[in-house]
Amino acid sequence: MDALDLARWQFGITTVYHFLFVPITIGMSFLVAIMQTAWVRTGNERWLRLTKFYGKLFLINFAMGVVTGIVQEFQFGMNWSSYSRFVGDIFGAPLAIEGLVAFFLESTFLGLWIFGWDRLPKRVHLATIWLAAIGTLLSAYFILAANSWMQHPVGYEYNADAGRAELNDFLAVLTNKVALVTVPHTIFAAFLTAGAFVAGIAMWRLIRRPDEDREAFRSALRLGAATVLVAGIGTAVSGDFQAKIMTDVQPMKMAAAEALYDDQQPASFSIFTIGSLSGNEEVFSIRIPKLLSFLAEGDPNAEVRGINDIQSEYEQTYGPGDYKPNIPVAYWTFRLMIGVGGLAVLVALWMLWATRKGRSPTSRWLLAAAVLLPFLPLLGNSFGWIFTEMGRQPWIVFGLMRTSSGVSPGTTAAEVITSMSVFTLLYGGLAVIEVGLLLKYIRAGLPEVEPTEPGDSDRPMAFAY
Amino acid sequence: MELTTVWFILIAVLWVGYFVLEGFDFGVGILLPVLGRNERERRVLINTIGPVWDGNEVWLIVAGGATFAAFPEWYATLFSGFYLPLLLILVALILRGVAFEFRGKRDDPQWRAWWDKAIFWGSLVPAVLWGVAFGNIVRGVPIDSDLEFSGNVFDLLNPYALLGGLTTLTLFVTHGAVFLALKTTGDVRRRANRLASRIGLVAAVAAVGFLGWTLASYVDGADATILAIAAAVALVGGLVANRFGREGWAFLGSAIAIGLAVITLFAGLFPDVMPSSTNPAYSLTVHNASSTHYTLEIMTWVAAFCTPVVLGYQAWSYWVFRRRIGVDSIPEEPAASSASHG
Repeated sequence: MDALDLARWQFGITTVYHFLFVPITIGMSFLVAIMQTAWVRTGNERWLRLTKFYGKLFLINFAMGVVTGIVQEFQFGMNWSSYSRFVGDIFGAPLAIEGLVAFFLESTFLGLWIFGWDRLPKRVHLATIWLAAIGTLLSAYFILAANSWMQHPVGYEYNADAGRAELNDFLAVLTNKVALVTVPHTIFAAFLTAGAFVAGIAMWRLIRRPDEDREAFRSALRLGAATVLVAGIGTAVSGDFQAKIMTDVQPMKMAAAEALYDDQQPASFSIFTIGSLSGNEEVFSIRIPKLLSFLAEGDPNAEVRGINDIQSEYEQTYGPGDYKPNIPVAYWTFRLMIGVGGLAVLVALWMLWATRKGRSPTSRWLLAAAVLLPFLPLLGNSFGWIFTEMGRQPWIVFGLMRTSSGVSPGTTAAEVITSMSVFTLLYGGLAVIEVGLLLKYIRAGLPEVEPTEPGDSDRPMAFAY
Repeated sequence: MELTTVWFILIAVLWVGYFVLEGFDFGVGILLPVLGRNERERRVLINTIGPVWDGNEVWLIVAGGATFAAFPEWYATLFSGFYLPLLLILVALILRGVAFEFRGKRDDPQWRAWWDKAIFWGSLVPAVLWGVAFGNIVRGVPIDSDLEFSGNVFDLLNPYALLGGLTTLTLFVTHGAVFLALKTTGDVRRRANRLASRIGLVAAVAAVGFLGWTLASYVDGADATILAIAAAVALVGGLVANRFGREGWAFLGSAIAIGLAVITLFAGLFPDVMPSSTNPAYSLTVHNASSTHYTLEIMTWVAAFCTPVVLGYQAWSYWVFRRRIGVDSIPEEPAASSASHG
């Protein structure tokens, strides 16, 4: 492997890993804020104890998201310096704004939330978790605006003298139609992830420790499962809008997602396709008639363009070259993303059904589902990102810059092997530690709470590292 | 004033903010094995920075992002050129960040000892390497006609830059000791105060040597000289205040000293942002490294609106946690078994 392949692998590994924590952070910050709000409004201690229980799990996860996020920002310059020079005029702004507007808000107010239990009045303390949660949303918006620009560059002009893309309409970048559908899709998926996390843990506790805090975990389960349900519908609907826009701006990605080699009218949706080794025709497939036309264009009889046709069009536009992404990767990640997301919704429905009207489930199958549930959206998120990024290839900025042109020219393969190995080993080790800690605190159950009133400065701190 | 100059100043301000704020929490991390003689004392030290270290680190993220947005060429050359040192810094910051969050989560001395090592090394490595990096930026590194770094990692290990690393290390440790004297009570406070005086002298010698070498060899102009002298005066003033137990003034002194030292380097650089040691014609400057006027204009508006708000709530957070803490503030039971705490 050369420095380019290694840099791509490193970016893939570190980004997928980072994005295990991000959606949990986004969704959990809101769910914990909702739990704390329920406590402040009802005075019911059950919600306070749930806030502290899930809050602790949230913080263990948040720490990982923060430290792996620094790598992401540095990596553009370290491994993709030519890309950074080419797009910095446009891409740098949302990144800088994300830091200034979102990261300061998240980090400062989470610090206040963690350490402020006995320092701040109840309602002010509640406000700190809501502000941190809003920070996570702002962060998602700006970074997705940056990513959407790579999928569908807008608001720029190519400056041949400077050899770079230059911003001429920042509002267009912020209202990029790809960003406007990607943001809701990602946020819904984050809520789905957090809902599954909350519900899976609560279900596990209800079955394995039925005598401990049953009422509290029933509340948590129903909050988590309902979140999965609503967010699942939101993810599907926003994903449907996204597919139509993708068909419009990146037809090759849609064709690859479907392994649709030639134009088809009306186009059927493939459930299972095997392509030839040369990658330009299909050998065998199982299909649902007209569904793809509907997904892509909103019309069951519309024409959907195929890979080979788009390839020849791109050769006309961009010159000779291979404009096909890795089709099996695009095809399978797209299906698996939808499949595991849908499965998470079904599991959540099952959990709601099994706990209706005060029922206490004991099923071993449900226990297995509870363990499985938190992992499903994590997989779905990963497949989604692998699909959208691999499906953009060979472009790093669609239609403007190829991935092979974006890599740092002076960075050697040895350097990238070093950093990739270091990150992979470090991340692997931290994953083991993180999961170990989560399990420890899940097993420990709901903490007892003492009354905390602000202003009593002689008592020990209510929270301490 | 040209917008490129405005952004050069803003990036200098972000680095000042980063070094002044994270400087003391690096110092606290490095002093953990020195001043924390037992578990409760170590917890006192860590809890002085507990609520604020993450917010402090965001100054680095924003400095990086702002450099990307305002001077993409600078960001690209610097980050790809200083590849291995930045990798080390990233590993250090990762270990340090999770260490704060994870160390109290198991009631096991070996577990905590391990994370204490992570906090120590995770603070020490960046404290040294940021000084080495800035020394090299000021000194100039091999940059070719494509504005790409053309040297290797050994070019970065020169005596001047290493002295820069020693300077930031000792300054941050001094700053951390002064901060601890300001934020703790009892025995920890006394020992932090005494240590600040001793390490402060080393820092003063290192800083005077480094800034003197900077002025003699790499930077000219009366401004930089005046700034460097003011930095030294602030540091000495801080140490005198520390000697008399005036901890607030001492902290102000070390903070101003760090800030002025950073400003000295930036003032000396301008209008270069990364001089080339290969050929001055290949140097990155505020002009050839910058974004377009339009991008800088937008970023200026965003910064003008957001920065005061950020400074406001960060200051409020320091106000909320203004109280000194001592071993009495730490709950009796170990953090891990008291799952109720947070």
